Amino acid sequence: MNVKTAKKSDFQVVGKNEIKIDGRSLVIGKPKFTADIDLPETLIAKVLYSPHPHARILDIDTSRAEALAGVACVLTYKNTERIPYTTAGQGYPEPSPYDTVIFDNKVRFVGDRVAAVAAETEEIVRKALRLIKVQYQELQPVLSIDAAAASGAPIIHDEEDSAGIYDAERNIAANVDIDVGDTTRGFTQSDVVVERVCELQHVQHTPIEPHVCLSYFDTDDRLVIRTSTQVPFHVRRIVARLINVPIRDIRVIKPRIGGGFGVKQEILLEDICALLTLRTGRPVLLEYNRREEFVSSRIRHPMRVRVKLGAKKDGRLTTIEMEATSNTGAYGSHSLTVLSNVGSKTLPLYNKAENIHFYGNALYTTMPVAGAYRGYGATQGYFALETAIDELAEQLGIDPLTIRSRNHIRVNETSPIFEKLGEGREGVAQRMKSCELPRCITIGAQQIGWKEKRGTKVRRGSKVHGVGMAISMQGSGIPEIDMAAATIKMNEDGSFNLLVGATDLGTGSDTILAQIAAEVLGVPLSKIIVYSSDTDFTPFDTGAYASSTTYVSGKATEKAAQDVRTQILQVAGKMLEEDSTDLTIKGEQIIGHNGQTVSLAEIGHRVAYQVDQRQIIASASCVPAESPAPFMANFAEVAVDTETGEVEIVKYVAVVDCGSVINPHMAEGQVEGAIVNGIGYALHEEMIFNSRGSMRNPSLFDYKIPGAADIPPLEVILVDSYEPTGPMGAKSVGEIGINGPIPAIANAIYDAVGVRLRVTPFTPQRVLAAMGKLPD
Amino acid sequence: MTEKENTMMMRIELIVNCIRKTFSISPTETLLSLLRRAGYKGVKQGCGSGDCGACAVLVDSRAVNACLTMAAKADGRQVTTIEGLAEINRLHPLQQAFLDEGAVQCGYCTPGMIIAAAGLLMRNSNPTETEVKEAIAGNLCRCTGYIKPVNAIMRAAQSLREKEEDECKNR
Repeated sequence: MNVKTAKKSDFQVVGKNEIKIDGRSLVIGKPKFTADIDLPETLIAKVLYSPHPHARILDIDTSRAEALAGVACVLTYKNTERIPYTTAGQGYPEPSPYDTVIFDNKVRFVGDRVAAVAAETEEIVRKALRLIKVQYQELQPVLSIDAAAASGAPIIHDEEDSAGIYDAERNIAANVDIDVGDTTRGFTQSDVVVERVCELQHVQHTPIEPHVCLSYFDTDDRLVIRTSTQVPFHVRRIVARLINVPIRDIRVIKPRIGGGFGVKQEILLEDICALLTLRTGRPVLLEYNRREEFVSSRIRHPMRVRVKLGAKKDGRLTTIEMEATSNTGAYGSHSLTVLSNVGSKTLPLYNKAENIHFYGNALYTTMPVAGAYRGYGATQGYFALETAIDELAEQLGIDPLTIRSRNHIRVNETSPIFEKLGEGREGVAQRMKSCELPRCITIGAQQIGWKEKRGTKVRRGSKVHGVGMAISMQGSGIPEIDMAAATIKMNEDGSFNLLVGATDLGTGSDTILAQIAAEVLGVPLSKIIVYSSDTDFTPFDTGAYASSTTYVSGKATEKAAQDVRTQILQVAGKMLEEDSTDLTIKGEQIIGHNGQTVSLAEIGHRVAYQVDQRQIIASASCVPAESPAPFMANFAEVAVDTETGEVEIVKYVAVVDCGSVINPHMAEGQVEGAIVNGIGYALHEEMIFNSRGSMRNPSLFDYKIPGAADIPPLEVILVDSYEPTGPMGAKSVGEIGINGPIPAIANAIYDAVGVRLRVTPFTPQRVLAAMGKLPD
Repeated sequence: MTEKENTMMMRIELIVNCIRKTFSISPTETLLSLLRRAGYKGVKQGCGSGDCGACAVLVDSRAVNACLTMAAKADGRQVTTIEGLAEINRLHPLQQAFLDEGAVQCGYCTPGMIIAAAGLLMRNSNPTETEVKEAIAGNLCRCTGYIKPVNAIMRAAQSLREKEEDECKNR
């Protein structure tokens, strides 16, 4: 531990609040985003959507639209190839069912694709869309998971050519069922059993930049797809197959993107856009407006999660049963993996339980399609698990902190869940090599004033105060599946180009990776020139998801930098006539034992122009063997208005173990953003639907996300930690922050007013109803 | 643009970032559409309905949503976009503070938020934190949770005040 601390304290670039390398150009408004470039002759494209939740398309007549002056191309199921695929941008083969085609002769939700038009102006496109005549035969909609599971329910995926659906006839997209020990015996032998059911609503990511794609043929006649994506390499692979163009003929560029949060881990526009370019030879711009982003992109899987806990009198958990029923909507994108993560990212936290049963189904409905969303199932699972643990503590008369401390996983410990349950398949066994959760809990309890405030029900006017807490873990990438690569080449002036496939979606990963490279190479950050996410010019990376970039892409960067460093020291050794293994780089100088120095620029010039001429360059890859978990303790103080039912967050404290912190501002920013997103999820965000499954509030006016005036005092503390397998000791930090707010706030509401809320969001109406002040 | 609109084109004059320019517009064109097609890509579209603030620009030193402002209504006015805030080789204190405080994540809402903050600081050089939060309440951000942007605006306000004091002393 001393060695590590010493090493960490020596860091020159890592651990510092380096300014985001793309920050300057962003604050002066440079044209860095997908739609910020103008290409001559660009066509505007738009999609025609289904007005029905479930219908067969008997016929489409596009003749009048095609005859309209200025219309360049109309696409429907009639003139596109039927190739089943998944829109989920996952590694290959994707663990999501192939239940989607570019255009189908059946629509499965209000907002499903029916046709696309490319024309000279947006005005003409709109007119053309109105001229397309679609003959629908309406089918019975399936608007809930209960309706989907009911006997005699309409079969949503009755097509012959889908593949990978668990049980299409019963509307089950995916199923998970794993067992450890014997839960039946476990419950029998428990002193206390608590069983609860929680439900989570429909919510959308709402990146401020909606999905947008621009495709064109470049001067070499290669098809370029410039797109707002988290997964450029998956875009290339999936689109190549769909439009029947070889991978080698497609270049995907991810410029700056305006937020993702998982929703841009989907291939939603690129196939249509590229196909329109292919058919017309013209650049095509296709972008969602806000309404389309809500209705037709992707949402978080709404879910019903039942948790049953068995424990001994002393608070020792013996048994956990968890059943998740997930609403994947019309298509099964991420259906299996999100469902898996409800258990795989939550159950290892309580590894003292010897008996575990986790099972569930992801059901098709004729509702908007769910997909990846920050937290990815863990968020849903933690609501149920962490509120049930709170109730168990209460029944046992044990402090909620104590019951968690008695049962949570610790360093050097493991859980059978790691091996049993991975991302849609078996997982990978692993032991925790770092876990500062005990300190996170202690610090958080102090900062919120747990001992003084808990159970006191302090009343100010109509408001009653309460405190609640929740703990959580996540992972760092997908072990033995994710792959990231980095290339570093040295320039003659002693600067370096860092080329990474890693995808910065605003998270700051370009900067983080540059900090890691700079640290290894002994140079200031300004000497690292980053170029990322371009399938023609950067090495492969599976993409920005599953909390992977810092850990997986960071490790690849660290390895490549170490290789380049070795090459540099070999040259320096020759120049200084010393053993290169004894040399170090500091402040852009290599210092010999005799005090002689040689600069990186001198080495760069030497190998470029003078002696032993060669390019100093290295590439490295990382396929992680494990997925170390970041940990987090969340504490919320709320004031519940007993007259209006309104829940005010008085204070929120989050204490996080994310390993070494590469850039404190950026790590805090990840946690702060995730918590505020989670508070919106807990208190007010909700997609509301009419009786036909059509969203009634598809605008940022009617779908309320937190604004600056809504945020509570929020304290984020990053504890000192070191993950030995991580680059510079780092673990992930991107997703974990969103798991805590819902259960911590629910538990705080209970502490204040003595009611358990089991359905999100905790609106004034639900709070009052739970308090018996409104009819249910 | 429809043929009918095409025949109804009108000319307006704007002073965009201190440069006088004339534009040919349709009567229904928004200021957002005009500015983006004129190359001011720092002005972002997030909703098109005035709910997110990504398109905020200053019209005569008042922050407005360009998506809700008819270009024709801005005729003769001074329009400042994010591109016009910095001096050559020197960032506006707000821009610098956003960098220093780590207030930029994806950067898509950043131009609008900085413009809204600039509007605030023009009329109130010493805002409280609550006033800052209210000034950017219409600028939605999904990345940062607003903590660092609010800190950045407070810091910029302070450095602007200090700069003014220095200039007074030097006079």
